[in-house]
Amino acid sequence: MGNLLRARETLLLAAGILLLALIALRAPGFVRPGNLAAIFTDSAILIILALGQAAVILTRSIDLSVAANLAFTGMAVAMLNAAHPGVPVALLLLAAAGIGAALGAINGFLVWRLSLPPIVVTLGTLTIYRGLAFVLSGGAWVNTFQMSESFLAFPRAVILGLPVLAWLAVAAIAAAAVVFGRTPIGRAFYATGGNPVAAAYAGIDTGRTVFLAFCFSGFLAGLCGYLWVSRFAVAYVDIASGFELDVIAACVIGGLSIAGGIGSVAGVVLGSLFLGIIKNALPIVGVSPFWQMAISGAVIIAAVTLNTRAERSRGRVILRRVEAGARA
Amino acid sequence: MSTLDSIAGQAPRTDAKPRGRIPDRGEGRIAGFLKSWEAILIVLFLAIFTANSLASPYFLDVWNLSDATFNFTEKAIVALALAFVILSGEIDISVAGTIALASTVMGATAAAGFPTPVVALAGLGVGAACGALNGALVTVLGLPSIVATIGTMSLFRGLAYAILGDGAYTAYPDGFAYFGQGYVWAWLSFEFVAFLAFAAVAGVVLHATTVGRAVRACGHNPLAARFSGLKVGRIKFRLFVVTGLAASLASVMLTSRLGSTRPSIAQGWELEIITMVVLGGVSINGGSGGIPGVVLAAFVMGLVTFGLGLLNVPGIIMSIFIGLMLIAVIALPVLIRRATILLRGTGR
Repeated sequence: MGNLLRARETLLLAAGILLLALIALRAPGFVRPGNLAAIFTDSAILIILALGQAAVILTRSIDLSVAANLAFTGMAVAMLNAAHPGVPVALLLLAAAGIGAALGAINGFLVWRLSLPPIVVTLGTLTIYRGLAFVLSGGAWVNTFQMSESFLAFPRAVILGLPVLAWLAVAAIAAAAVVFGRTPIGRAFYATGGNPVAAAYAGIDTGRTVFLAFCFSGFLAGLCGYLWVSRFAVAYVDIASGFELDVIAACVIGGLSIAGGIGSVAGVVLGSLFLGIIKNALPIVGVSPFWQMAISGAVIIAAVTLNTRAERSRGRVILRRVEAGARA
Repeated sequence: MSTLDSIAGQAPRTDAKPRGRIPDRGEGRIAGFLKSWEAILIVLFLAIFTANSLASPYFLDVWNLSDATFNFTEKAIVALALAFVILSGEIDISVAGTIALASTVMGATAAAGFPTPVVALAGLGVGAACGALNGALVTVLGLPSIVATIGTMSLFRGLAYAILGDGAYTAYPDGFAYFGQGYVWAWLSFEFVAFLAFAAVAGVVLHATTVGRAVRACGHNPLAARFSGLKVGRIKFRLFVVTGLAASLASVMLTSRLGSTRPSIAQGWELEIITMVVLGGVSINGGSGGIPGVVLAAFVMGLVTFGLGLLNVPGIIMSIFIGLMLIAVIALPVLIRRATILLRGTGR
C-alpha cells in the first residue's frame, strides 16, 4: 500500500510539473523561483486548512465549517486588534487558535457525544458560525486603517527569503507529518477511518479520536482566520465564503479518500499546490478569470476519477455493478 | 477497499446508533419513529406560526402568507427530489450550480429571441443533462457522490460565470413571468400549486410504489439491494437526473420570478436545500425518512425566514436559527432516547 500511495503522490507531482511546464511555454517568467515562492505563499492558507481537514477526513468525517470558523475567528481578532491595538500579535495568534479550536471542539463534541452525522453537524455550524460573525460585528467591516501595524506586518515579515505566512505553512506541514505519521493519535486517525470497528477492538477510543480531529481542524482554521484577515487587510462577514469546498477539493485531489483512512500529508500539500498553481496561472496564460471556477471544477472531477480508479483496483471485484452502486 | 469494506464504510462509527441501522426490526418501529419525528416538526411549525402571529400584526394576512410561500417553494421542489437521492445513500451538492447554469442558458436562449416554451425547455434540458453527468460520475465511474458533486457544483456555476462573466440577462419573453409570478386562483400562486402537486407525487412514489421501496433499499444496504435484483446503479442514475430536472424547474421559477439572471443566482442554496431534507427527517446515511417530513420542514423553514423577515431580522441571523434548528432537531431524538434510558434505569 505504501508503494501505491507513493506512486499516487509521484503521479500528482508529475502532473504538477507538467502543468508548470505547459504554463512555462506560454509565460516563462511563471516558473522563476521567485514566482514559485509567491505561489506557495499564496497557497499557504489553503495548505494549512487542508491539513486540518485531512485529519477530519481521515477519520471518515467531514468538516464543512472551516471557512465559517475562519471568518468568525478572523473577525474576532480583527475587532480585538481594532479596539486594543496594544495587544501583541503573539497573544492574538493564541486567541485565534483558541477560538478556532473551541469552535472545532463544538463540532467534535456534537459528533462524539451525540453521535450526530458530521456532515449535518458542520452544515449547521457553518451557518451558525458565519451568522455569529455577523452578530459580533453587526455587519460592519474592519478596515486596513483600523488594524495596527504589527497586526498587518507579521505574516509579511520576510525570514530567509520567504514571508512568515509561508514559513507557517511549512511548520504546519512538518507538524502534520509528525502528528499523522509518528504519533499514536495520528495512527488513531487512520485506524478510525480505515475500520472503526477494528479500531475500537484495538483499544482506540474512536469517538474521542474524531473529537480531537475536529479540534485540530478548528485550531488550524482559527489560526488561518488571523492570517487571512491580516493578509487581505480587511475583515467582513463574508470572507472566505465557500472556501470550505476548495479545502475539501485540495484534500481529494491530494488522494485523500473521502471514506477515511487513506491519504498522506505530502498528497494534501501537493493537492493544495495544484489548485494554487491553476488559480495563479489562469490570468497569466490569458484565460478569463471567469473560467477559473469551471476549470477547478473539471480538475476536481478529473483528479477524483483518477484517485478512485487507483483505489478501486486494490480490491477484488466480485460483482462489478455492485461495486459501482455500493460506493456512497 | 473490498466490497464488504466499502459497505461497512457506510455504517457509522461503532458508538453511533443511527436510525438507518435497524432494518431487521420491520416497518413498525421505523414508521413509529418517523411519526414522532413528524410530530416534532408539527409542534415546531405550530409554535413558530403562533409566535409569528403574536409577534407581528401583519403575519396573519392571506396575501402575506401567500407571499411567504415564494420564500421556500423553489427550494422545496428541489428538496423533494434530493430527498430521494439522499434516501438512496447518495448526495447532490451541485443543485444550486445546476440552477445557475440552467438560468444562464435560459437567459441566452431568451436573448436569442426564442419564445417562452423553448426557453423553459432549454432550461429543463440543461437540468437533465447536469443530472445525467452527476449520475454517470457516481454510478458509471463509481466516484463518491459528495466529491463528484462538489466538483460539478464548481463546474456548473463556473460555466455560468464563463458564459455571463459580470453581465446579466434581463430580457425574457412575454408569458415567461407566469412561472414565478403567476397565480392559479386568487392568492394561490402557480409555484405553490406546483410544489403541492410535486409533493403529492413524490409522497405517493416513495410511500406507495415499488420504486420508493427500491430507493430505500439502495440506501439501507446497496449490496443486499443488488442481490435482491435491484439495478442499484440505474436507480441512482435516474434519481440524479430527476434531481437535475427538479433543480432546473426551480431555476425556471426563480428566473421567472426575478426576471433576470446573474451567475451568482441561488448562491448557497445547496446547503439550505440539504438542510431542508435533513430537517425533514431523512437520514443523511440513507434508507430512512419520508416526504411528509420534508414538506413540513419546508413549511417550517419558510415560516421562520418569513416571520423573522417581518420582524426586520437580517437574513444572516435567520441562518443562525436555521442552523440551530437543524442541529437541535437531529439531536433531539438522541437526547430523548438517552433520557428514557436513564429514566428506566436499564439499557433499551
